[in-house]
Amino acid sequence: MREVNVSLISDAVAEMCIEVNHVLSEDMSRAMKRACEKETSELGKKILGQLDENLKIAKEEMIPICQDTGMAVIFMEIGQDVHFCGGRLEDAINEGVRKGYTEGFLRKSVVDDPVIRNNTKDNTPAVIHYSIVDGENVKITISPKGFGSENMSKLYMLKPADGIEGIKNAILSAVKDAGPNACPPMVLGVGIGGTFEKCALMAKHALTRENGVHSDIPYVKELEEEMLEKINELGIGPAGLGGSVTALGVNIETYPTHIAGMPVAVNICCHVNRHISRTI
Amino acid sequence: MTKNLNVPLKKEEYAELRAGDYVYLTGTIYTARDAAHKRMQECLDKGEALPFNIENQIIYYMGPSPARDGKVIGSAGPTTAGRMDRYTPKLLDLGLKGMIGKGKRTREVYDAIIRNKAVYFAAVGGAGALLSKSIVKSKVVAYDDLGTEAIRKLEVENFPVIVVADAEGNSLY
Ligand code: SF4
Repeated sequence: MREVNVSLISDAVAEMCIEVNHVLSEDMSRAMKRACEKETSELGKKILGQLDENLKIAKEEMIPICQDTGMAVIFMEIGQDVHFCGGRLEDAINEGVRKGYTEGFLRKSVVDDPVIRNNTKDNTPAVIHYSIVDGENVKITISPKGFGSENMSKLYMLKPADGIEGIKNAILSAVKDAGPNACPPMVLGVGIGGTFEKCALMAKHALTRENGVHSDIPYVKELEEEMLEKINELGIGPAGLGGSVTALGVNIETYPTHIAGMPVAVNICCHVNRHISRTI
Repeated sequence: MTKNLNVPLKKEEYAELRAGDYVYLTGTIYTARDAAHKRMQECLDKGEALPFNIENQIIYYMGPSPARDGKVIGSAGPTTAGRMDRYTPKLLDLGLKGMIGKGKRTREVYDAIIRNKAVYFAAVGGAGALLSKSIVKSKVVAYDDLGTEAIRKLEVENFPVIVVADAEGNSLY
């Protein structure tokens, strides 16, 4: 058994919120550089050049990469031999978000109620997903999610008879609908299987995967590669103004499902696909 | 075609812009996004005056991140324009001439752009740090309580945008 004081979690969350909104992770910056080389349209190249410059300015001058610094989505992987002390874990996480967004000059984009809509003024609460794993470590992953792309995400309750072709069509139609709204080039997180909510959660989690890393399951890896190619053939291009780079990656997670169903969730993220992890 | 323009433009100059033009704007623009549009609509419903004179002006759909000390503004890129579509035709009919945002609009908005000889520009989404460098002044002029969603008057210098929908009905998307 290991005791972890929740103030350690607060401090880590605050620092991570600030870092993730100013410095794009290396895998994503690399993907952006590769996109510049691959893009064939002149306007597309110019836009990707601006996005590269934007990343440089953000990092050097500590100006958020995007003004939509997102709603904080946090994955907590908690070793089952950990005992938290010093307060409630959930309060500590939200305290970290509050501190990070306030002291880090990040935008407060959360309203207290979906209908009444008063801004909470500190970007809390976060959306927190917990999972219990082996061991005595705590892994925190933060992925602030902007809503330009979130709003274009979709969930399809397909039938088993739709097969893999049905999945491909679902992914492509979500991307076509998203078009320029999702700030392409995009990254796609896809969940296949499970139940309605499991499928959506897998799609969200898939977005935190390192860019360029594929699924271990051979047919899923093939599907990821094929979908990336097909999406880029759509010609939506950088900023939706035409070009050969529409997506930077397709990350798919799967889970066993019911004999009667085949849920598919497509969580769309923009090129500012922020994710950061730390183990305590 | 690349153009350098002083904004607000003269009324007839908006109609001369064409989809695909790459334009650098210098001058005054206003920001307003979801909550500010809702309030402006409520103003109009009650027969009250809007908080600024929109005639001939350009609205930038943007809610910035807070400015650090000594800076004019924080990150300042465009938000999705489509969420303003319910309010836009009315504003165009009242004299608004330009909008800066990102993403597709409804048929009603494109029709109102044609009818009023207006223009819809896109700024590059997710380039908020870069775009903030073209903003030299920022002042909240209405709805301060809305925080990032307040209406701001901005002075911009060589602010880069692309014409995506023009008065002739051409559209890049
Ligand atoms: S979709 Fe992404 S890049 Fe576009 S405005 Fe939202 S957070 Fe920024």
